[in-house]
Amino acid sequence: MSNIEHPLPYASFESLGYWEGTGRDELVLQRCNKCQIVQHRPRGICVNCLDASNLEHFVASGKGTVYTYTVTEQNQAKGFAKACPYVLAYVDLEEGSRILTNIVDCEPYDVSVGAEVMVKFVTQERPDTESFAVPVFTLS
Amino acid sequence: MTSNQFPTNIAIAGVYEHESRFSPDKTEFQIMAECAKGALDDSGLALADVDGLFGASMTMGMMGIVDLAEYLNIRPSHIDGSNIGGSSFVSHVNHAAAAINAGLCDVALVLYGSTAASNAMAIGTGGSSGSRNPETAFTVPYGMTTVGSYAMYANLHMKKYGTTSEQLAEIAVTMRHHASLNPLAKMRKLITVDDVLSSRLISSPLHLLDCCIISDGGGAVVVTSLERARDLRSKPIQILGCGEAVQHQGVGDTDLLTIAAKQSGNQAFAMAGLKRSDIDLAMIYDSFTITVLATLENLGFCKAGEGGNFVTGGNIGLKGTLPVNPDGGGLSSNHPGMRGIFLIIEAVKQLRGECGERQLDSPETALAHGTGGTIGDKHSGATLILGVTQ
Ligand SMILES: [Zn+2]
Repeated sequence: MSNIEHPLPYASFESLGYWEGTGRDELVLQRCNKCQIVQHRPRGICVNCLDASNLEHFVASGKGTVYTYTVTEQNQAKGFAKACPYVLAYVDLEEGSRILTNIVDCEPYDVSVGAEVMVKFVTQERPDTESFAVPVFTLS
Repeated sequence: MTSNQFPTNIAIAGVYEHESRFSPDKTEFQIMAECAKGALDDSGLALADVDGLFGASMTMGMMGIVDLAEYLNIRPSHIDGSNIGGSSFVSHVNHAAAAINAGLCDVALVLYGSTAASNAMAIGTGGSSGSRNPETAFTVPYGMTTVGSYAMYANLHMKKYGTTSEQLAEIAVTMRHHASLNPLAKMRKLITVDDVLSSRLISSPLHLLDCCIISDGGGAVVVTSLERARDLRSKPIQILGCGEAVQHQGVGDTDLLTIAAKQSGNQAFAMAGLKRSDIDLAMIYDSFTITVLATLENLGFCKAGEGGNFVTGGNIGLKGTLPVNPDGGGLSSNHPGMRGIFLIIEAVKQLRGECGERQLDSPETALAHGTGGTIGDKHSGATLILGVTQ
């Protein structure tokens, strides 16, 4: 288990679909069907046509590989100071976009560049008694 | 080199580096004002001559440049408070050159001041806590730190090219040697590769001694036309080329190892009409050891993947083929949060031959490259190529 207390992300209307997806335990990516571009982070427009009308969210497989990573031994920030050492990583998703994440449930130094990983969702409580889910990854 | 067309018609006429490394009794603006006096005295100009004001700092907010003008009680005709991180001041000199060339101002003053150390700022490992900025929604939950992002760059470079921690450590060792010859430097005690490798890990593979120090400090640069600079107190240093760029994560498809320096460097070299081998001195923003390696590769001083070999064997030392940061850099001399201005100051002093024990043997060209923000995430790069006048 990860000891990280993930800080609450600010979900703007542009990223609402993403965070609603994680709430359903789904990793959701955004695609412009006109340009065939997958874009992460999600935006209110497609970066190619600057238009919103062909944007849609789709459910990604949740499979990926570690593009690169670091074992964080020092971070004074709330939620992380007590969780060190923890793994910060970029994961290349099967669908072609890359996301920043944590690799959890393993010895931190067992993570390597190129390792295959699978998404899981950590539910984090919010002060208003709702909860939100953060996608993290585990070694496959 | 011709001197009647941009950018060679523009020169740096004055520089000043604040001598302090810890100033709990001063404000940022006070440090900037002291630096302004130092650089203006160096040039022989007065504050009343300044009609272009450029500046940025860790804490100047919206309209901060207007606050600075009020503090100095000046009413310049051209102002630029753009803040693109630690590279801002290299970028400011580029912008000042363009503004002078366009006739928007005659004498530009570029300022930086910081009390990062006395404010006990945790610059590299403060990490991310909650934020209402939508831009951070995909980084805040994961504990991204500045050092962590550079560390991810380093791990990828190591995996792809076999670069080692020993090679990175040698950068820190070289910078410390340079600092030992700089009376103003904060850390002057010599270190070894083993010292770096046995210092504690901050974010793997980067150790404590792979990271820059945190100090207070400030600096100032005076830019004017070469024609005017020729009549002033100090030897003018000509601007030969400049460039700026940004790099970011795009839509999640960016090659992490390609940094802004590649684009800004190519632009600056094309403008200067110089080859990489023409450069006698490189001032490279060294927030971390890996920053130096990444920047040298992306600027084209060596091929991608060859940075590890390039930085070893004394090659970036004072007697190497490309001396880097003779002042000791941010790794050992000073790092008050945004270091770009010191890259220009040391380059100018070296080209003038004013650097005492650490002085290089009559360098004629220097390159300064500032990185702002975070390599491995989003960042800016600004390159400036300088030369002695012919
Ligand atoms: Zn589109």
